[in-house]
Amino acid sequence: MNGAGARARASSLWAPLALVAALLAAWELYADFSSVQEDLLPAPHAVASALWHNGGLIWRNFAVTAEQVVLGLALALAGGFALAVAIHLFPLLRRAVYPLAVGSQAVPIPVVGVLLVFWWGFGIFPKLVVIALICFFPVVVATVDGLASVDPEQPKLMRTLDASRWQTFRFAELPAALPAALSGARIALAVGVIGAFIAETSTPTGEAYAGLGHEIMTDAGGFQTPRAYAATAVLFAFAIACFYALALAERALVPWHTRPRGETT
Amino acid sequence: MPTELQSRPQPRDGRPARFGAGELAQAGAPAAALEGVSRSYRAPARGGLRLWPRQDARAVQALAGVSLTVAPGELVAVVGASGCGKSTLLELMCGLQRPDEGTVACLPAVLMPQRDLLLEWLGALDNAALGVRIAGASRAQARERAAALFAELGLDGFQRARPHELSGGMRQRVAFARTLLSGKPLLCLDEPFGALDAITRAQMQDWLAAVLARERRTVVLVTHDVEEAALLADRVLVLSPRPGRVLAEISVQTPRPRSRTAPAVLEARRRALAELGMGATA
Repeated sequence: MNGAGARARASSLWAPLALVAALLAAWELYADFSSVQEDLLPAPHAVASALWHNGGLIWRNFAVTAEQVVLGLALALAGGFALAVAIHLFPLLRRAVYPLAVGSQAVPIPVVGVLLVFWWGFGIFPKLVVIALICFFPVVVATVDGLASVDPEQPKLMRTLDASRWQTFRFAELPAALPAALSGARIALAVGVIGAFIAETSTPTGEAYAGLGHEIMTDAGGFQTPRAYAATAVLFAFAIACFYALALAERALVPWHTRPRGETT
Repeated sequence: MPTELQSRPQPRDGRPARFGAGELAQAGAPAAALEGVSRSYRAPARGGLRLWPRQDARAVQALAGVSLTVAPGELVAVVGASGCGKSTLLELMCGLQRPDEGTVACLPAVLMPQRDLLLEWLGALDNAALGVRIAGASRAQARERAAALFAELGLDGFQRARPHELSGGMRQRVAFARTLLSGKPLLCLDEPFGALDAITRAQMQDWLAAVLARERRTVVLVTHDVEEAALLADRVLVLSPRPGRVLAEISVQTPRPRSRTAPAVLEARRRALAELGMGATA
């Protein structure tokens, strides 16, 4: 990394940090000097203090939620990608499955949450299914579009090179679809954390540490608002961390797509 | 009546045999023989969800009774206005389409499409070696075969360059290397230099002439550039506007390397332009 790049990176970090500081300051002033009660909106210093004093509890619940988010997203990405490939290879499947996939996004999760637990018990799996149900759709849509974005002449060229259907997919379509698939993954990731919250609050659970979502709901109802906010802040930071982790993975997976901007062919 | 050749086997039922350039001469039979070929297609109906078949899809006749014989080692250029069925002709020879009428009998042919269709995520060497990979070679073997050709094609030093780092002319060289390395005896070039600027195009025409002088192949070159056809081809086939039919066959009898201003080249160019109804401007 050269000096200019390092400077650019430092300045790109400076802007979001300044914005967060400004928002926190405004929030602090509002909470301290307006008539809003702490049970309704705790000040940032109260949230920080709650985080500090309940660090162990929040950490253990966070570990539960983080595992669910990561595994649930993995399930969503794998399932969504596989479905997209199947839809691409078998046009009949597109007509049959696409409407159902769209409809699945309208199903209120609590309706099926109890059923999932009935099927798979109180463990982690029903929650992963809920997260995957919430997250898979953008992966499917983006990947299907990516697979179809290949130049229509490309399959002809591949055929005169004696490529089988599988080889055309493997050499031309699959790599071409990766950037789009990763864009879908980014959208999935953005809803993945709230997906975990929904999963925890809509499926009955029997564990000691039920995750941050469960804790937040309990705290918010039990006048532990600062702790609920502290847990929310942890989810907030986690979503951001996941997003940038995926951006890094993207640079490694599709380097031809993430070349410096302004450089055109 | 030419000997009936086996029509090109379809990729799905076993791979066709691969022919080296040396095996061409011994055959004695034409590399490609088209007899009275006609081809129409329905103008593609666009749009996603179709609930009932469209009635208004128009049938467009691309080719009407085209006959063409290409001898092994010969370079035949096909010229004509845009949309006269030139690309259809190549797709028929490559086995990508079937004729409505007439017969097509060709040695295995490979297509070099108008757009280079290089894969953006592969380096130049891997792009050139795509056909070798598809034929089952390992990446290392495929690269080795492509590397042997790179210096000859003036691509040395660009082995690892990604397509977006290459100029238009260099991209076409890589695409041509991919076409050569397919090992097919018949090369179908579809306006290979059509998208290049005039100076680069002239350079690439000289480059292709030099490459083919060293590496003799059977080539069918589709182009809308009459000068390109006269400069490169042994024979120029002039097609009429749609539906394409053969207006004239012009033989260009002059030794290579040719100059753009050689009398035989100028004469062939003049005659082709006259057939296309542009005689006065030549």
